[in-house]
Amino acid sequence: MTLDELPLGTPARIVSADWNVLVPEEAQRLRALGIEEGAEVRLAYRGVFLARDPIAIEIGRMTVAVRRVHARAMQVEPVAATTA
Amino acid sequence: MIAALVGNPNAGKSALFNALTGARQKIANYPGVTVERKSGRMLLPSGEPVELVDLPGSYSLNPSSPDEAVTRDVILGRMAGQAQPDVLVIVLDASNLEQHLVFAQEIIELGRPVVVALNMVDLAERDGLVIDPAALSSALGVPVFPTVAVRRRGIAELTAAVAALRDAQADDAPAHRPHVTAPERRMLARQMARGAILSETAQHRIHAQLDRVFLHPWFGPPVLLALLFVVFQAVFSWAKPLQDALDAGASSLGDVVRGALPASLLRDFLTDGVIAGVGSVVVFLPQILILFFFILTMEATGYMARAAFLMDRAMAGVGLSGRSFIPLLSSFACAVPGIMATRSITDPKDRLTTILIAPLMTCSARLPVYTVIIAAFVPNTQVLPGVGQQGLVLFGLYVLGVLGAMGAALLLRRTVTKGEASGFIMEMPKYQLPTVKDLALGLWQRAYVFLRRAGTMILGVTVVLWLLLNLPRAENPQDQVNASIAGHIANGLAVVIEPIGFNRDIALALIPAMAAREVAVSALATTYAVGQSDDAAQGQALGEQLKAHWSLATALAFLAWFVFAPQCMSTIAVTRRETNGWTWPAFMLAYLFGLAYVAAGVTYWTAVAFGLG
Repeated sequence: MTLDELPLGTPARIVSADWNVLVPEEAQRLRALGIEEGAEVRLAYRGVFLARDPIAIEIGRMTVAVRRVHARAMQVEPVAATTA
Repeated sequence: MIAALVGNPNAGKSALFNALTGARQKIANYPGVTVERKSGRMLLPSGEPVELVDLPGSYSLNPSSPDEAVTRDVILGRMAGQAQPDVLVIVLDASNLEQHLVFAQEIIELGRPVVVALNMVDLAERDGLVIDPAALSSALGVPVFPTVAVRRRGIAELTAAVAALRDAQADDAPAHRPHVTAPERRMLARQMARGAILSETAQHRIHAQLDRVFLHPWFGPPVLLALLFVVFQAVFSWAKPLQDALDAGASSLGDVVRGALPASLLRDFLTDGVIAGVGSVVVFLPQILILFFFILTMEATGYMARAAFLMDRAMAGVGLSGRSFIPLLSSFACAVPGIMATRSITDPKDRLTTILIAPLMTCSARLPVYTVIIAAFVPNTQVLPGVGQQGLVLFGLYVLGVLGAMGAALLLRRTVTKGEASGFIMEMPKYQLPTVKDLALGLWQRAYVFLRRAGTMILGVTVVLWLLLNLPRAENPQDQVNASIAGHIANGLAVVIEPIGFNRDIALALIPAMAAREVAVSALATTYAVGQSDDAAQGQALGEQLKAHWSLATALAFLAWFVFAPQCMSTIAVTRRETNGWTWPAFMLAYLFGLAYVAAGVTYWTAVAFGLG
């Protein structure tokens, strides 16, 4: 499952990311924000009205807005809710 | 000695910078790049002044934007014209340590003298997070001080620590630390954050609850729309009494001068030229301040990033991203700060496109022009209960500007700024209450820029225009405009603009209005005042004069012209500065004047076809 398909509110871990499909600067920015392999994330908001873009991801105590194309490059697997 | 603030975006660096330096700030550019250099004077406990530099927020020393490159170069002492800071103050968001400690470790590894400001501890506590600064300090191996920059808490301790570091520098050179890889740093950050957190209660974060409304796919957009409606409503209705007062002040000052001096060229110069000209511009100060009040508040509270999120989809439709929304919204006040705000857009093509369309947002300088023309030519009737025809026309002009900007963005993104669709990655800052002091400082800086402009450039232009209109003197006062130098120039220009329904008087107004749009009003006022022989006619309202000299078609064409025409020297100058050359300002002038000419022409001939000529 890719990150953009994750149901809202479900905690999940990023298991792999296809960095090559992203613009290098954006890939670097995502990594700098901790959105990379091993990170535990939650999809908080998806889109405005009927659109499914952009997406707000909760990671740790941060909320980060990304585009769907970024989320689609991330493979995730749901995890049992932990402290986050 | 120089100290520098460094940290992730949204660490509260700017608030800390304000708290440490007060109003003693200097804002300039780093040489060769369009990255803002903010510096100020911080006082050490001994009273000794220290230069404090606020470095652009960064996630790492491996830059992914020009801002981050500047931060790296300054920290490493590689920035030309900027001495390496002697002390680095790392600013951390106390409630987001896991993230902020990654960059902090990278800085500490450099072995420079470092002190950490554990900022926004109040917000962390609000989120149920209690942090032990001592534990964090021993984990990092550098001093850590809790601060609440917006409430000026912990500031004295922090400056004392900077002073202590400076004094210690001579004896013990800080040791280099082992370098670790980025994933290791992230793991360490997680461990250190966990070790420093004394207690943590379940998620009852206020910002998550606010986001439930503000970022809601169905409720969020109407809330944003309602907020924008309030903003524009306030800009027009709240400002009205203040504007009337300023207006009355200017005209009574004119009356006093007229009464005190004998009738002469000098008296006319002072009343019709200086006081009327500058007065007609200064009346817009209340509107500008009200608009900036809302924009600064939206930024300081953290709402602006939510607005960017909500607008991203719409902006993506014309090839931009949510990041462009903030500069474009600011451009409704004035394109100059709007264009400066494009610095937060990381993608260069995206940024250039936003700069090029920013002048199409209806800035406050267009208001005087719109208001005068609408009041004179559009009947003050109700179309629907509570909806007047005049307001509707004004709203239509705003919409026309936005539509023009969207169309222009679409075209530009397919031609001159062609490139990959821009992305949108943006951290949502935490919500917080802004402080009156920070807001007041921001407003004062805006007011100062505006008044300086009114006092220098606009005054200068008004005076020159008045002289050109009054020299050489005509035999018969009725012929003064035609006989003057300005009249001759305008007669030449009139040939070019007659096809779009403009007359000689408009040509006279458009030339000085190249300096700033609002000058068109004072220029028209000056032109029609000079053309009148007796005092009674001079006192006649500008609106009456316009109705006597212009057809409705001409007035409408004039409005359409101002929707597009880039008549603003400051915008051109700031575009040159922000794009590092004359290419883009020249392009901007050409395409916007082209649009203005076509729009005015189409409006005029359509109106004439409907019998309004």
